[in-house]
Formats: sequence, C-alpha cells, structure tokens
Amino acid sequence: MKVRGARAEGPSAWMVVPALAFFLVFAVLPLLGVVFLSFTHWNGLGAITWAGLDSWQTALTDSVTMNALVVTLKIMVYSLLVQVPISLLLGVFTAGNQRYRAVLAVLYFVPLLLSSAAVAIAFKALLDPNFGMGPGLGLPFLAQNWLGSADLVLFVVIFVIAWQFVPFHTLIYQGGVRQIPASFYEAAQIDGAGRLQQFFHITLPQLKYTIITSSTLMVLGSLAYFDLIFVLTAGGPGYSTRLLPLHMYLTGFRANDMGAASALGVILVVIGLGLALVLQRLGGKNRSSSQLEGA
Amino acid sequence: MKMRTTTSMLAAASALTLALGLSACGSSGPADPAADSDSPSMWALTGSSENIFRSSVEDWNAANADDKINQEFFANDAYKTKVRTAVGAGEGPTFIYGWGGGVLKSYVDAGHVSDLDQFLTDNPEVKDRYIPSVLENGVIDGKTYALPNNNMQPVVLYYNKQVFEDMGVEPPETWDDLMALVPKFNEAGIAPFALAGQSKWPNLMWLSYLVDRIGGPEVFQAILDGEEDAWSDPAVIEALTKIQELVDADGFINGFSSIAADAGADSALLYTDKAAMMLHGGWVYQNLKNDAPEFVESGEVGFVPFPEVEGGAGDPANVVGNPANMWSVSSAASDQQKESALNYLKDGLFSEEYTQAMIDSGAVPAVNGIEDQLAASDDKDFVEFVYGLAQDAPSFQLSWDQALSPAQGDAMLANLDQIFIGEITPEQFAENMNATLGE
Repeated sequence: MKVRGARAEGPSAWMVVPALAFFLVFAVLPLLGVVFLSFTHWNGLGAITWAGLDSWQTALTDSVTMNALVVTLKIMVYSLLVQVPISLLLGVFTAGNQRYRAVLAVLYFVPLLLSSAAVAIAFKALLDPNFGMGPGLGLPFLAQNWLGSADLVLFVVIFVIAWQFVPFHTLIYQGGVRQIPASFYEAAQIDGAGRLQQFFHITLPQLKYTIITSSTLMVLGSLAYFDLIFVLTAGGPGYSTRLLPLHMYLTGFRANDMGAASALGVILVVIGLGLALVLQRLGGKNRSSSQLEGA
Repeated sequence: MKMRTTTSMLAAASALTLALGLSACGSSGPADPAADSDSPSMWALTGSSENIFRSSVEDWNAANADDKINQEFFANDAYKTKVRTAVGAGEGPTFIYGWGGGVLKSYVDAGHVSDLDQFLTDNPEVKDRYIPSVLENGVIDGKTYALPNNNMQPVVLYYNKQVFEDMGVEPPETWDDLMALVPKFNEAGIAPFALAGQSKWPNLMWLSYLVDRIGGPEVFQAILDGEEDAWSDPAVIEALTKIQELVDADGFINGFSSIAADAGADSALLYTDKAAMMLHGGWVYQNLKNDAPEFVESGEVGFVPFPEVEGGAGDPANVVGNPANMWSVSSAASDQQKESALNYLKDGLFSEEYTQAMIDSGAVPAVNGIEDQLAASDDKDFVEFVYGLAQDAPSFQLSWDQALSPAQGDAMLANLDQIFIGEITPEQFAENMNATLGE
C-alpha cells in the first residue's frame, strides 16, 4: 500500500487514535503486566516477590501443563474436523432460497442465541446418568457416564462445542455461498455438470477464503474455550478436559499461584499469535481475517 | 488476532472491574438508606444458613442504629474466588466469611485480618460461648483470627432406612460390614452409595475418614506440617487402595463421576431410593429438610458415624468435616467499622434467637450449653447425634481441601478424582502429592 495513495483516499490517520488508545490500555498494558507477573511469586494476597524464571519452570515442567496443551490441541483439531464439514454443508444448504430452507435455518441458528453457561448447564442436566434424558426417555443407551468417563468426556465436550458454534460458522458459509455469482452455475449446467461436480468445482474453490476465515476463528476460539468447559466438566474427570485457559484459571484463582498462571497466559498469547500468523499466510496477505468473532 | 487479544483482554479487564464493582451493588435487597459507607459490610453465603444470617442482621440493624451492617450474599464457589481477589486488593468486606485452615492462614500471613485476642480477653463471655475444639479452628500461631458463625458440620454416613428395612440389613459398623453390604444392594438393583464425583470434594470425605481410621490424625498432621514423603504413609496408601476396592466392587452409583453436588443430585439419589447410603457433611440434613421434607419427617433418613476399620490405629470416635464456618474482621476496615463489627460479634452473633433459629433449621450451633434446646427440637435425633459426635470426638479434622494450602488442595482433589476413576494407582497419587508438599 502506498502511503501517498492512502493519504489521498483514506480517512485521516488521527481516526485511529481512539482505537489505539483503547488497545494500549486494555491489551498492551495488561499483557505487559502479565509478562511481569510471570517472573514473580504472588499468591494474590501478600507481597509480590521477584522469582526470576521460577514460575516459568513451574509452569513448563508441570506434567499437567503438558497434558493441558495436548487437550487443547485435541479439542482444536477435532473441532475443526467436526465443525468445518458440518457448517460448510449446512451453509451451502441454507444458502438456497426455498422457504423450507429458511425455516430450517432459523432452527439451526437457535444455539447461537444461547450463552455458553446456559448451554453447559442444560447439557449437564440432559447428560445426568440418573436424572437426565436417558432415564427420562427410557432409553438406557443414553444413560452413559458421559461427563465422568475419561474416554467419553472429550468427545462430549467436542460435541457440545460443535452444537454451540456450528450455527455461527454456518452463517459465515451461507454468506460466502450467496456471494458466488449465479452465472458460474448456469455456465456449468450448460456444460452438463452435475450437482456434485458443481459443488467440487465451483462452490468449494470459491469458498477458499471463507474456509480460512472460519477456520481461523475456530482455531483461535478453541484457544479461548473456557466458560462452557468450566461449567460442564470443571476440567474433570481427573485432568481429561483441563485445557490451557482453564488450567491457567485454576492455577491462578484456585491454587492461587499467579506467577505460574501468568506464565501460562503468556504461553497462550504466543501460541495464539503464532497460529494467527500461520493462518493469515495461508489466506494471503490482503485477505487477513478482520471479522470479529460474533459468538 | 489483534482484535482477538483486545477482546479477551477487555473481557478479563471487565471481569475484574465487574467483580470489584459488584461489591457496590447489594444482592441483599433494597439498600438500607441509614447504613452509610462507614457501616461494616458483611459477605455471607447463600444456602443452608442464609435465612439465619439474614434475619440476624435485620434484627441487629433494627436495634442498633449506630452499628448497622450492610449484608450481601454469594454462592459458594463464586464467593471463594471473589473474596480472595477483593481482600488482596484491600476491597474486602469488614466481615470475611471463612473456613479457617490454610486459607485463613494466608490472610493472616498477608496481614489482612484482625487479631481478636484483645477482644476475647476483654469479653471473656464471648470466648466461653464456643466449644473449644471448634474455636481452635480460628487460631493461627496461638492467636485467634476468626470466630465460628454457624453450625458444626461433621461428615456422617446417611442411609435410607426404608431401603435397609426392605433388605433386612443393618447400617455398617465396620469397613468389612460396609464391603459386605455392597453386593447385596447391587443384587437388589440399588446403588450402595450415592456420590457426587464431578464436584471432586465429596470424594475427599472418603479419603480423610479412611486415613484417620487407619492411621489416626497424626498421618494428616504430618502432611500439614509438610514432612518429607508424608503422602507415602502406609495409611494413605491403604486408604486409597480401599477406595479403589470399593469402586471396583461397584460401591458407588453408576456414573458417579458425572454427578455434581451443587444441585443436590447426590442427595436426590438417596431420597428417591436409588441409593442406599451417602457419606456427606452435616449440612445435608438441612438441605434434605428443604428438598424432601416428607423424607425427613417420616423419619426415613438414618445416620451413623463412619465405620471403624479393623486393626486401624485411629480412634473410631474421631470425626472429619467442618467444625464451623467463621467470621474474621478485615484489618483494612476503618476503626468505626471494626468497632461496629466487634459489637455484633459480641451481642448479635449467637444471640438467643440466632441459636434457636439455627437449631430449628436442623443444624447444631457450635456453642456450649444448648443441650436443652437440642432435646426440644423437632430434629432431636439428628441434632443430638451431631452434637454428641462433635463433643466426644478426640479429633475434629477440618476438611483437607480447606486445611491445606490452596495449591496443595487443588492438586489433591484432581489426583483423588483420578483414583476414583481408576486412572492412577495409590503409589502414583502419593508420588504426585509428595511433590506438592510445602507449596
């Protein structure tokens, strides 16, 4: 971008001041504070004492941190694998103009309206093995130890996350599909392309940037999953759903080790920045994701 | 990404502002116009004793225009996080609700709570009011920093009398009795024990009782003192082994690790005849009176002490649980606030009506000389049982998650959870926990 051109066409650079001030006060300053705290010992009550690399060592050598990292990555990868195809297909489907699709779309988007805590409480009640939907509907198969079994719980969490966030990504894909010019499809039909061929040769390639945007939001979102899992499983059983943000919270506010929690916070920021950069590269420089995450 | 960071930082900053700001707007109904900024503030917990705290302060404010108290209520887990942040920032309430133990010690170490020794010397009747072993819980390094404000909550073994009668069996007196009951109930299609494993802390009641019965209170004392490899004590290993044996024998209800205690789903299993027994704190009786009055009134709820372990070194009369919850007075409060607070601790707390209201709710206040009132209670059986249990106990061990430092407590609950679901062995538990000693 040429500076000369920008000056001539774009708005005045002064307009960035409020946003920049906001960013400095609420993002940069706290971040520096967290970096500082990560080199100290503080239990949240008494004096803050310098600790050098102590807290970093605690945070990095703790096997729970490694486990939390693995859990976070698993949730990230599985979320992508589950949510991308579902929301892509739903997005393509709901992009049509028929009335029944509009009605269905309204139903699909309902979870988007609910808060994470409400979703978690509702699922917790439904999944209760003794008073939940299994016994309630008389279907013994549904009365599993959903949230209490280390083998099942991760999949339950991924399912609930997908249930909550698929509508949001469906909305993005719906918008993406509606941007594709109808003439592409008309031309393909004249050439005798079937529905599948149209999907693979027109829809999918045209959605490339939508896919990258949506995946970026999913990946970065899964670095921030907290409320839903905190209410649903509190990280349990054992450490099986204790992902990094939750581990950071519990270290800071349950175990009262603010130093180690800050180190974990810094690690989260670094991972988030790294992933965001990689995904931006994938999308090409000028197509960077500028949307706010709406959910 | 920048936007993302901004959003989450903004969220964190707002959360903190919100947490601190909440203290300004009361959840206790319309603010008392006469209570000004120099009135002492009190943060209490919702739940079993809420009404007693509420009416006590209302009565106090009506009678003491100069010492009015601003009262607010919070849910347990939310309170624990909020109060610590607020106290650390010097924004805490005048009356700090607490559990004694490791958390109180951390307040004392950081100089956030007032030493009440002089107050107790000046007002000996306040000190004499309390059962000494319970009062002891607010003492750190020989000085009193907290006074009991509610009931004694020993952990007891509740059972469903109707279920036991139908099966023609008796409640267990020894660990072997208990293990022998397990297959009988399982055959009858009734879960032997209800347990809210997802909440993690209910699991702890099993560990603390078993360790005490097998090795005596000295074993836990060594852990508290941070002695090297204290968690590897044979009594701890044996207790954990017994827990896993009980899990393997299907002693706990199917899916116990999915059950949360907050909504009372574990007690519900007991009064809906789905489970025969439940190891739980004394407060459950108060909750049962609310949630399932017919179950309590018909006398179907039974209660016995935790069974003896054959050959164990611990006195079977020992109890674990919460001796009582307590009030501390913030050292950041103004002199005027402190003075009003002490006046309330002297004359408002455990007034006659307070004590009686507590007994009426099915709870046993942590005070002396209430035998007659207990005997006249509708819940005579239970309150006398609890009172006797607490008074006769050679040792009344505070719940470990409160007695230990928060860092150790958190690790202990997570590791114990893994013991219950069979993910680690007792030896691995001991090894993981030894690493936290002294934290």
